[in-house]
Amino acid sequence: MATYSTTHVDTTQLGRGGRTPDPPVLGGGDDGSNGGVPNYGQRLRRARLGLVVLIAPIVMLFVSLTSAYIVRQGLPTFDSTTNTYVRDWGEVNLPWILLAINTAVLLVSSLTMEGARRGITRQAALAPVRSIPGVSLGDEKAFPWLGITVVLGLGFLLGQWLAWKELANRGFFIATNPNSSFVYLLTGTHAIHLAGGIIALLWAAAASLRRTPVESRRIVIDIAAWYWHFMALLWLYVFALLEFAR
Amino acid sequence: MATAATLHAHAPQGFIRKYIFSLDHKVIGIQYFFLALTAVFVGMFLSLLMRIHMVWPTAAIPLIGEIKPETYLSLLTMHGTIMVFFVLTTAPQGGFGNYFLPIQIGAPDMAFPVLNMLSFWTTFVAFMVMLAAFFVTGGAPLHGWTGYPPMSAVQSAGPGEGLGADLWITSIAIFCIASLMGALNFITTTLDLRAKGMTLMRMPLTVWSWFITAILGLLAFGVLLSAGILLLMDRNLGTSFYVPLIVVNGQVLGHKGGSPLLWQHLFWFFGHPEVYIAILPGMGVASQVLSTFSRKPIFGYRAMVYAMLSIGFFGFMVWGHHMFMSGMSPYSAFAFSILTMCIGVPSAIKTFNWLGTMWKGRIRFHTPMLYAIGFVSLFVSGGLSGPFLAQPVLDIQLHDTYFVVGHFHLIMGVAAIFGIFAATYYWFPKMFGRMMNETWGRIHFFITLAGTYAIFMPMHYLGMAGQTRRYSQFTEVAYQTKLLPLQTFMTYAAIITIAAQFIFVINLFWSMFKGPKASDNPWECTTLEWTTTTPPPHDNFGGHTPVVNHGPYEYGVPGAARDYVMQNDPATAPAH
Repeated sequence: MATYSTTHVDTTQLGRGGRTPDPPVLGGGDDGSNGGVPNYGQRLRRARLGLVVLIAPIVMLFVSLTSAYIVRQGLPTFDSTTNTYVRDWGEVNLPWILLAINTAVLLVSSLTMEGARRGITRQAALAPVRSIPGVSLGDEKAFPWLGITVVLGLGFLLGQWLAWKELANRGFFIATNPNSSFVYLLTGTHAIHLAGGIIALLWAAAASLRRTPVESRRIVIDIAAWYWHFMALLWLYVFALLEFAR
Repeated sequence: MATAATLHAHAPQGFIRKYIFSLDHKVIGIQYFFLALTAVFVGMFLSLLMRIHMVWPTAAIPLIGEIKPETYLSLLTMHGTIMVFFVLTTAPQGGFGNYFLPIQIGAPDMAFPVLNMLSFWTTFVAFMVMLAAFFVTGGAPLHGWTGYPPMSAVQSAGPGEGLGADLWITSIAIFCIASLMGALNFITTTLDLRAKGMTLMRMPLTVWSWFITAILGLLAFGVLLSAGILLLMDRNLGTSFYVPLIVVNGQVLGHKGGSPLLWQHLFWFFGHPEVYIAILPGMGVASQVLSTFSRKPIFGYRAMVYAMLSIGFFGFMVWGHHMFMSGMSPYSAFAFSILTMCIGVPSAIKTFNWLGTMWKGRIRFHTPMLYAIGFVSLFVSGGLSGPFLAQPVLDIQLHDTYFVVGHFHLIMGVAAIFGIFAATYYWFPKMFGRMMNETWGRIHFFITLAGTYAIFMPMHYLGMAGQTRRYSQFTEVAYQTKLLPLQTFMTYAAIITIAAQFIFVINLFWSMFKGPKASDNPWECTTLEWTTTTPPPHDNFGGHTPVVNHGPYEYGVPGAARDYVMQNDPATAPAH
């Protein structure tokens, strides 16, 4: 057999499963040898990947609660007074106007969040230009998208709390019937996850106060924004489930 | 990553940043390892108490006294829970996975180091909450590691079902969150931090096993969390998800219409993948060790990867085989039965590939190799009873007997533990910079192998003879008394096996400080962790990233200067 040279390296096989190698500028890669210049593109990609992975168990949580919802709904229970099996799912009189308002608030907050995400993306893109001495891009008055989103998010949580109060006023408590248990459970679980989103937004706001580089802040806001959109979608799902599958 | 670059340029100073709240995946891996080591001793001690109580029910144990029947159920519950969650889930994945996954793919650390630290400390909190259940009024819960309602859902069901059971559920919920954080890190790291040239099909099988395990954990623990939330609500908020109309001690409780089967579905949807979470990393380690010490490439690398993927995939579709006793429709039982037996196919592929790897190899019988062979042996003998139990008609006969106890202890208990032992003896030199004692390692191996078979093989016969499991004692029941000699034999075997584990612990700690210094690559392995110094520097590769040119198991290469080619060796091939 003739000698063969395997110094040829199949570039389609390189790095991250087939991704072509990074250009040699600044070293690239995550080897700490890039002279301390952070690779924001790579960090953003990694954070987004992490977010996608994070969404999977949250989806599984709600899938499993939904399956419990459907199973529990179909279960007959033995009624000793009539000696028959009856459905004990029960009814809940949802304060749907209040919930519709909350939904609108959350959807608007999703839009403002998208505004914040696009704003910071533009800023991050312009950052290298801005850093050139003598170049001025004019004083852009930043619209407080992030602040508005936080306020709307807190408004949604307040609205949900009012909805729970209203439910209690109408006589539906957590243990009134299985249906009401699930109403509190699903809305509560969603609210806890949304509160996590608000903490992420506050973290992003704190990052801007601490004068973190704009590229770094962009990553936090980008991730928080996609999570926030996911929360809005999740709420639409929960609301639809409670409204149409009761 | 900016933070990574700065982090790794300067290793943290000070004891607390360096060893307690460390962001270094290697330190976190060792923390997980010692957490699991503590847990396994607690769990083992509980099993010892159970074994003694079973054959000598009135024996007065020093400091503890006579074990009451309800205490036996507490021991049973806590033994199962601690072993499954804090040993079998924690050591292979959290411990060795954390330490070696980044190094084996050529990364400086996990993708999210802070999350990694949080995941360990959350696990630690979960463990403390679990142990706290022993010390509250009423003691630890009685409902078994599977926590079936209505017992687990009713506060008045027994002495441990009050605060103890609440702590138990809370601990598991915290553990779920910790595991999800860990899984997130493992998956992102594997997908995004691989060194140049480390394609998916060049990853060591250990990395594949941790990666697949992380995916299983990611999808399974969320379901257990939801089940736990419902259980806590039933216990404390008066809801009726799981609890039907029920009378306890003559009192009608307020619940109505719930279904205990709902819990069983949710629990086993988690519980079956959990079995693979425990065993898959062991499969990865066995593959790595068998190939290394047989000086041969792993037989059928791709087949091994696809087998693990299909085991993981089928693992989510067979939860019903734990519920054949629940009166499920025979059609569902048939489907679950067929799907369960399907898992036999990839399992057999793996077994034959392990045997094929050893076939005509130049086997070096070091302790890690012995444990890997032991793993295969236990995997076969524990696994072969699986297809029997997968038959609904047989399962209904055998389900509540010792047959099942023998089956799952051999395959998911002891086989997984053998995987952990193989990993410990194999990676100890890299982790602690010294070699473990071979002679004591071998003695430990042979006693443990013989001992575990002596404990768990007779259980199959007891089960077929109809001996019921979960009973605290057999001395009062006529036909069960006949089987007592075998139980006594198992207790003696357990005492000897447990005593032998102290050989391991002494060897471990003695070698850590007094063992002979290890070279960078004492086993002559090919994967990346053996290319760096022993122990690895803070950023794993001392300021550079390896470039991978070879597959993970190039042993016995014809014409090479050594009989192996390391993954980062230059891509030139020798002239033939």
